[in-house]
Amino acid sequence: MHTQAPTPCSALDGILQHHGHRPTELLQILINAQQLEGWLPAPTLTYLARALHLPRARVEGVAGFYSFLYTRPAGRFRVLFSDNITDRMLGNAELMDALCRKLWIEPGKLSEDGLVSIDATSCTGLCDQGPAMLVNGRAIGQLNHRRINEIAELIRQQRPLAQWPSEYFHIDDNIRRRDALLNLDMKPGAALASAIARGRAGWLAEMQASNLRGRGGAGFATAVKWSSARNAPGEPKVIVCNADEGEPGTFKDRVLLNTYADLVFEGMTLAAWAVGASEGFLYLRGEYSHLLPQLEAVLARRRAEGLLGMRILHEPGFDFDIRIHLGAGAYVCGEESALIESLEGKRGTPRIRPPFPVTCGYLGRPTVVNNVETLAKTCLIALQGGEAFAATGTAQSAGTKLLSISGDCAAPGIYEYPFGVSIARVLEDCGASDTQAVQVGGASGICLAGYEFQRRIAYEDVPTAGAFMIFDGTRDLFEVARSFVHFFTHESCGFCTPCRVGTALLKGFMDKLADGHGAQADLADIDWLDRLLKNASHCGLGSAAPNPVIDTLQKFRPAYERRLVSLDFEPAFDLDAALAEARQLTARDDPGAHLHTHEEGTS
Amino acid sequence: MSKQFLLDGQPVPFEDGQSILEAARKAGHYIPSLCWHKDFPAHGSCKLCIVKAAGRHVSACATPAKEGWEVESNTPEMNGERRALLQMLFVEGNHFCPSCEKSGSCELQALGYEYEMLTSRFRHFYPDRPVDASHPDVLLDFNRCIFCELCVRASRDVDGKSVFALTGRGINKHLVVNAESGRLADTDFSKDDLAAHICPVGVILHKGPGFAVPIGERTYDAASIRSQKLKEEES
Amino acid sequence: MSPARPPEGARTAAREGGGSPVSAPARKLRVATTSLAGCFGCHMSFLDIDEHLFELVELIEFDRSPLTDIKEVGPCDIGLIEGGVCNAENVHVLRAFRRNCKTLIALGACAVNGGLPAQRNHLPLSECLREVYQFRPGIANGQIPNDPELPLPLDKVRPIHEVVRIDYFLPGCPPSGPAIWKFLTDLIAGRTPRLTGGLLHYD
Ligand SMILES: Cc1cc2nc3c(=O)[nH]c(=O)nc-3n(C[C@H](O)[C@H](O)[C@H](O)COP(=O)(O)O)c2cc1C
Ligand code: SF4
Ligand code: SF4
Ligand code: SF4
Ligand code: FES
Ligand code: FES
Repeated sequence: MHTQAPTPCSALDGILQHHGHRPTELLQILINAQQLEGWLPAPTLTYLARALHLPRARVEGVAGFYSFLYTRPAGRFRVLFSDNITDRMLGNAELMDALCRKLWIEPGKLSEDGLVSIDATSCTGLCDQGPAMLVNGRAIGQLNHRRINEIAELIRQQRPLAQWPSEYFHIDDNIRRRDALLNLDMKPGAALASAIARGRAGWLAEMQASNLRGRGGAGFATAVKWSSARNAPGEPKVIVCNADEGEPGTFKDRVLLNTYADLVFEGMTLAAWAVGASEGFLYLRGEYSHLLPQLEAVLARRRAEGLLGMRILHEPGFDFDIRIHLGAGAYVCGEESALIESLEGKRGTPRIRPPFPVTCGYLGRPTVVNNVETLAKTCLIALQGGEAFAATGTAQSAGTKLLSISGDCAAPGIYEYPFGVSIARVLEDCGASDTQAVQVGGASGICLAGYEFQRRIAYEDVPTAGAFMIFDGTRDLFEVARSFVHFFTHESCGFCTPCRVGTALLKGFMDKLADGHGAQADLADIDWLDRLLKNASHCGLGSAAPNPVIDTLQKFRPAYERRLVSLDFEPAFDLDAALAEARQLTARDDPGAHLHTHEEGTS
Repeated sequence: MSKQFLLDGQPVPFEDGQSILEAARKAGHYIPSLCWHKDFPAHGSCKLCIVKAAGRHVSACATPAKEGWEVESNTPEMNGERRALLQMLFVEGNHFCPSCEKSGSCELQALGYEYEMLTSRFRHFYPDRPVDASHPDVLLDFNRCIFCELCVRASRDVDGKSVFALTGRGINKHLVVNAESGRLADTDFSKDDLAAHICPVGVILHKGPGFAVPIGERTYDAASIRSQKLKEEES
Repeated sequence: MSPARPPEGARTAAREGGGSPVSAPARKLRVATTSLAGCFGCHMSFLDIDEHLFELVELIEFDRSPLTDIKEVGPCDIGLIEGGVCNAENVHVLRAFRRNCKTLIALGACAVNGGLPAQRNHLPLSECLREVYQFRPGIANGQIPNDPELPLPLDKVRPIHEVVRIDYFLPGCPPSGPAIWKFLTDLIAGRTPRLTGGLLHYD
């Protein structure tokens, strides 16, 4: 087993140095420190705490929060299978099983020689090219048995990742339909030049006229957010681009960052111009760390072109620069106040609001948090004017929307539509047939049944951050909902009682039904938990967690009912399984050594 | 004229910035709490203080009162939700009151009585959580932690020691102490710290003769948590 | 509480409906009691209702109970269960009670949440059994017994509501005589039982 090597102090010193010994960089420091040994041994945490003058308990608190940080030994090869419902539909369980068997290990455990550990992780944003996995943080898509065999061999030979076939790491954009944004071919700086020419107030007025609303989910008017931050006291102001994209089934921000990074960074700079901000962060989910080198390169180029840094485009007083912070496997960090906590190097726990980030955000300063797509869209507005932008889409939903389409269809990928497009039209375009249901907006979104396919994508009808997962007639909507409940339970930050305990209880009930021990009474309990989560949760994660269950119970109730074994009551646990240990200890297997969990003849 | 809102139909005056809970208690109306403490900023985690303000569920401890609001608190609906939250706190830990030193003076238990919680209703998690008896004066029984972070806040903000912190997440969240060994004895914790006296439940317990206070004289034996908390407000 | 499910204890009401005149039940209510993984403390407390016991026997008669010789529970109005569920035998008895009792009540902390016996739940069963049978001083050559007559223990001690549906809960370790008396008189008189005025205790 592992013998504890002495803490590599000089390497840690280098990392600390690189991050200026800033406690706000704690998460970044931990991510880098983990690369040394593949995990974070206790002495490493102690050393870092001392160097940063932080209580050790706080460092341990942060290290224990993020699922990509390990405070117990993990394999030199850490394999994480993406476990979105779309991965499940593409057979990820079987592939994970196969890899485990080939490498002689159990999921969630470390191999005895410390070589490899295999586990599942939440949606990695490769739903259009799954099943997917992360190996030491690097994404690999389009898994199949052949690839799994090869990977098993590479791991057995302990071949460093750099020597793995490069096509493994190739990720497609899969852009299938372009509209205003994806057709935009902008010379870097063009949007900025036009906004600067309008002056800060003029540019904000243009934004106002555009009616642009946030693409991250809540649909808040972007100009209102910007002007609140602009008018709030406190300096220097901060622009954050939310690239945490953790909502299962969403991957459009990945494509924007991969191919349209200039639009995103230019949008951030446009926001800075309007707000008077000088500091910018891109919060990039850990799953997308493969994009980091190319994004850093774009930033460097933009600095060289005078599009970032001091006196942007020679405009006196327009100073703004952008740093990239990585996440480390925590969906809740997409929530803007949790994201800010994470940026400050803390556990990603959502704050009490008010105060809102626009007045009191990063380090207490006015902070704008916007989605990747929202920011990219501002380039269109700067170039074409607010009115032109507002003229497209619907009354309350100006412009276009990127959809991340996955699941049962011929052509999964990215589709850009003007707002107002019907579900049926989208289904037709992507080649879906025999569609039973569509989950729009990801796990937190809404599950639409066939009779709703005439509804439209728009804030006033079916709002969405962009996920569009398709389930055909062969799929079991109970299993879809159950996988989302697993997701929320895994991602609950644990801060508030209803979500911390409620998601775990809900998962227990869904698993109970799945295991064939469900009763009508459980459906009543599920209803009750759904309501409590919705009402009492501290943030949007907890209040959205019951959505998939509420929707499917309403629209696909038979999927639940056919699993029930009693119309009344069934034990909360598997009685016969609870005797298994005693059977083993006594070597008994007579009828008296068993219990029927379902009591025959009761209902 | 000061501003006011309506709590279950009764006018409650408030000053700008005051939370619904503070204003209500000042005016002699009880809204329950577990993670809230008058000497600290609101935490907003336990959700026992949940009320409906202008039709929307909010945490009374963390929501500034607003002129003219109609707030529902002592209603079957809100009390039912509170009871369910208590049940959640009971099943996620290991609460065996008969063998708990805090019994009779425990806020969680007293709220169970207040809201007539007769069963914890849900499936018990029976988590495996340790007891830390390393410190000469104080025992930590993590089985009963409700994550109010009062010890975390008191130690960090008042004692200046940061002895406690939370790690893990979701249902696996747990309390740790500020030592590589994980033992309280290896921290600079002292029985005189505020953090040693602030736990509302039976986690942070002082060693010494067990069950020293006789039944009948414990904090909530004679008077309900409702009347005790309102009395505190007057003093 | 939730509209979907009435508060624990409220699922009372329209028993014995069907055309009976509007007056108190004339016949004695039949009551069965048992102790599963309990300490008989709750039964002792039951007897502790002292002088009320005479009043009570006017109103009820006992079926299976440690107080009678009846071995198998028969059709009853009320069943009182003390203690949690720790082995297969407990499950059978509990199910027999559920089948036969119109109203089933969890009596005492152990029935309600597992109580003292459940404090072993964080230990693996093997450790508990070895502790008892193999390493206990005075037991030479100890073996974990494998006699098919003996009920097998469950991996954890559970509260009874995790095994069958329970209508009412009466916590306390043990619940006091007055609490039991209040609860039963409420129930017999057709009121939803409530433990108020300091009668509700978990210890
Ligand atoms: C649990 C949770 C996760 C979220 N994840 C994201 C995310 O990954 N990306 C995002 O842009 N917004 C996310 N949001 C919404 C953000 O809180 C915030 O509203 C958004 O970033 C604002 O940007 P916008 O106004 O441009 O939409 C999330 C919200 C919640 C409650
Ligand atoms: S709702 Fe869930 S994710 Fe949000 S604060 Fe509460 S526990 Fe954390
Ligand atoms: S902490 Fe309170 S509720 Fe928990 S066991 Fe102790 S007295 Fe009971
Ligand atoms: S130990 Fe006590 S004070 Fe600290 S978080 Fe837990 S319950 Fe709160
Ligand atoms: S008292 Fe308000 S959330 Fe705990
Ligand atoms: S058996 Fe009555 S309290 Fe345990």
